[in-house]
Amino acid sequence: MTELLKIENLKVNFRTFEGVTNVLNLESLSVAKGESFGLVGESGAGKTTLAYTILKLLPIPPAFVESGVINFEGENLLKKSEGEMQKIRGKKVSMIFQDPMSTLNPVFTTGQQITRVLQHNQGLHKAQAKKRAVELMNLVKLPDPENILSKYPHELSGGQRQRIIIALAFSCGAQFLIADEPTRNLDVTIQAGVLQLIAELIRETNVTVLFIGNNLELVSLICDRVGILHRGQLVELGSIKEVAKHPAHPYTLTLLRAIPKEKREKIDLTQIALKAEERLAEKGCRYAGRCLKKEKICLEEEPALKHIGGTHYIACHL
Amino acid sequence: MNETILSVKDLVKYFPVRGGVFTKAQWVKAVDGVNFELEKGRVLGLVGESGCGKTTLVNVLLKLEEPTSGKVFFEGTDLFNTHGQQLRRLRKNIQIVFQDPFWSLNPRWLIRNIIGEPIQVHLKPPLSQLVKMVEDLLELVGLPREAVYQYPHEFSGGQRQRIAIARALALRPKLVVLDEPTSSIDALSQAQILSLLMDLKNKMDLTYILVSHDLRVVHYMADEIAVMYLGKFVEYGDAEAIFQKPAHPYTQALFKSAPSISVESVNDLFILPGNVPSAINPPSGCRFHTRCPQVMEICSQKEPPLVKIDRDRLAACHLLN
Amino acid sequence: MRKLLPVETFEAIKPRLKEFKLTFYLLNRNRLTMIAVITVFLLVLIAILAPLIVPYKEHVISGTNPQEKLLPPSQEHLFGTDELGRDIFSRVIYGTRISLETALAAVGLALLIGVPLGAIAGATGGVVDEVIMRITDIFLSFPPLLLAILIAAFLGPSLTNAMLAIAVAWWPWYTRLIRGQAVSMRERQFVRAARAIGTPHFKIVFGHIVPNTIAPVIVQASMDLGGVILTAASLSFLGLGAQPPTPEWGLMVSTSRNYFLNAWWYSIFPGLAIFITVLVFNLVGDGLREVLDPRTRKY
Repeated sequence: MTELLKIENLKVNFRTFEGVTNVLNLESLSVAKGESFGLVGESGAGKTTLAYTILKLLPIPPAFVESGVINFEGENLLKKSEGEMQKIRGKKVSMIFQDPMSTLNPVFTTGQQITRVLQHNQGLHKAQAKKRAVELMNLVKLPDPENILSKYPHELSGGQRQRIIIALAFSCGAQFLIADEPTRNLDVTIQAGVLQLIAELIRETNVTVLFIGNNLELVSLICDRVGILHRGQLVELGSIKEVAKHPAHPYTLTLLRAIPKEKREKIDLTQIALKAEERLAEKGCRYAGRCLKKEKICLEEEPALKHIGGTHYIACHL
Repeated sequence: MNETILSVKDLVKYFPVRGGVFTKAQWVKAVDGVNFELEKGRVLGLVGESGCGKTTLVNVLLKLEEPTSGKVFFEGTDLFNTHGQQLRRLRKNIQIVFQDPFWSLNPRWLIRNIIGEPIQVHLKPPLSQLVKMVEDLLELVGLPREAVYQYPHEFSGGQRQRIAIARALALRPKLVVLDEPTSSIDALSQAQILSLLMDLKNKMDLTYILVSHDLRVVHYMADEIAVMYLGKFVEYGDAEAIFQKPAHPYTQALFKSAPSISVESVNDLFILPGNVPSAINPPSGCRFHTRCPQVMEICSQKEPPLVKIDRDRLAACHLLN
Repeated sequence: MRKLLPVETFEAIKPRLKEFKLTFYLLNRNRLTMIAVITVFLLVLIAILAPLIVPYKEHVISGTNPQEKLLPPSQEHLFGTDELGRDIFSRVIYGTRISLETALAAVGLALLIGVPLGAIAGATGGVVDEVIMRITDIFLSFPPLLLAILIAAFLGPSLTNAMLAIAVAWWPWYTRLIRGQAVSMRERQFVRAARAIGTPHFKIVFGHIVPNTIAPVIVQASMDLGGVILTAASLSFLGLGAQPPTPEWGLMVSTSRNYFLNAWWYSIFPGLAIFITVLVFNLVGDGLREVLDPRTRKY
């Protein structure tokens, strides 16, 4: 399979009052064409930072890219100018954001917003764009398209808004889609529909996806392969089956164990590290401070991703 | 049989939607006839989609809103017919932990002042004693005593939620409302917070009302469950019984639409068609009939009463009569 | 506002020192803002130390010196002299004190009226909100300068009256600003939490709502300091503010009109003083906007 996105030695830092902190440190990560890759981690792990880095939407300052290469179709996105990026964003790479309300402009109707994007990105005429907007509404299974298009964002429900965002993301035939926790603020009943829609659109359009989520269960419904991100580093990487069924890294195990399952089945807190360390240690494994199985080497040497069978990799000394 | 701590009778809360010059005023029927009793030491899980009236119900119980009609009794005292000293004493007993750990703490206050606020309002102790009380509370929720002189932004989401819990427990309440206590924090912190809450419940002899849309959290904590849809309970009873075999079609839909590790494919998720209808003009008959997968003719004509369907629970559905 | 809570101890002040350092760090990130902040400090210093700086103290008020009238800038008179032979440099320096005093007093008074009213209106809602906001609407329907002129004319021309007039014309802007913020604060969870605890309403307004809504008002007020200096100068220029021989910048510019053609320095230097002061206050306001924004504070 050909690689669509290949990230190498990417280091992104934030310059803060207290000094420089590293928020993303990816040795190597590639996403093949047509693949759905999931990224799971706690908040602050660097998931959204990665998405913004790929699209060059990072707030600089305080953030800055220390080093690295992000190859997209063989071209380094980090070397692109703002003008070139504008031709890539929305057209080749599109993004579904967490919060549909702040993505949509409250003073324009959804129809105005969609047709404007279509006119701008695809050079369609107004009439063509309107027709295409109706098609898009059908694509994301919103009934009564004309009615929806004439409404303002606040007049729609959360699920409808998120469908509009999805329609926008798929409107210009992007080959690469970044979905940043697209169902975060939705009710479960609505979430189920949105997830099915995303899965179906991925299948139909054969788009490559980077799906960001904060729990493995949700991501496993959409993706083929998944990476577990911990404090900016990949600690485990593999197919959904490998990671969900046979988790190997202590952090992944903890994440899965933390989910309350049965009634009052005591969540075993001895298995869950009690606190996140405030600052990154100078050396050693970044998880060592919370890890219960840590040994001397963990504090001294940073583990690299190693192959443990199939397509399964972990970054752990044990 | 335990003593009843809270009893809610025919509670109704309508909000006016102001009409214009030519239009009539309308009412949002946020809570429309809710009855329940909660025994001391139990955990009631309140479940439903956003807009079902959970938040309004909670606001009324906390006396943040006046009910349109109906009564709320706390340990036999009418919550809305009590004034002065007695009301202040009553209020100390009902506290809340909010959902959003970012906005539930005043960002410009020190932790001492945040946790100390309820103590300051009700007990007015001297400063040194206040600080000591706050430090004890911090220890109770598993935070270092030194946190008194820090600001909220220096803590992570999970830690902030602990601070919010400490504040809620400052006055030794009897009933604590947990409004989505873990919905905006990570899985690891969630696990810790949940077990902290259970520990505190035993230690301090608390009764909880847990509002959550995360069914696993509800399953973990709750003894009994109330499923709400458009301002009414559609199913209410023993948690285990409901989780084993949900009776109301809406409860079933809720349970089947949540992703879990046992769901293999996205297509196995159950999808409830349509959106929650407007609470201004709720559907006639059974309010769920517009989205119900098992709708019958009678459903749009006659409203099903909330009746006992087996030993452990009540449900409101024509299918079950 | 924090007085509502217990008296401070040293441990309680320490975290605030850290906040202060952070503020300095953020201010320092923007060079222009830092220059403006330093300039403001200099202006304040000049105002305080005016009696020590000025070379001709007696010239500030009277000291008529007909032999030396309308001299161009020189070593003895850095900014030249005016039609009565007074040293303009000395008068401009003293003017700093007058302008800053007037501006601070006027803005301070406007804040004192505007902020509590706005916070109460926004936090209480209902009839109280309605009444307060309709009153502010009446004031807001006049252009502020025109209103200030009307009030100053009504009260009679003097610097104190000009200051009062400006405060009366200004407060509704703060009321409206705070009120909008307070309405959104009312539904914040920590405010609901405070209500659930049983915290009295006035403590909620001044302990929770005001401290969290004050940031944009501080920004606005620091920009307004410049605007107020300009308005005070305009009132003086129109003869409704400071009266001669007060060394007020606006008044000096006004008098200089008669001599503009043969004594450029007379109007240029007081004018420049107004310009610089207004500019730096605006820059500081802009910088504060960034510093007080919680989004930038996070980093």
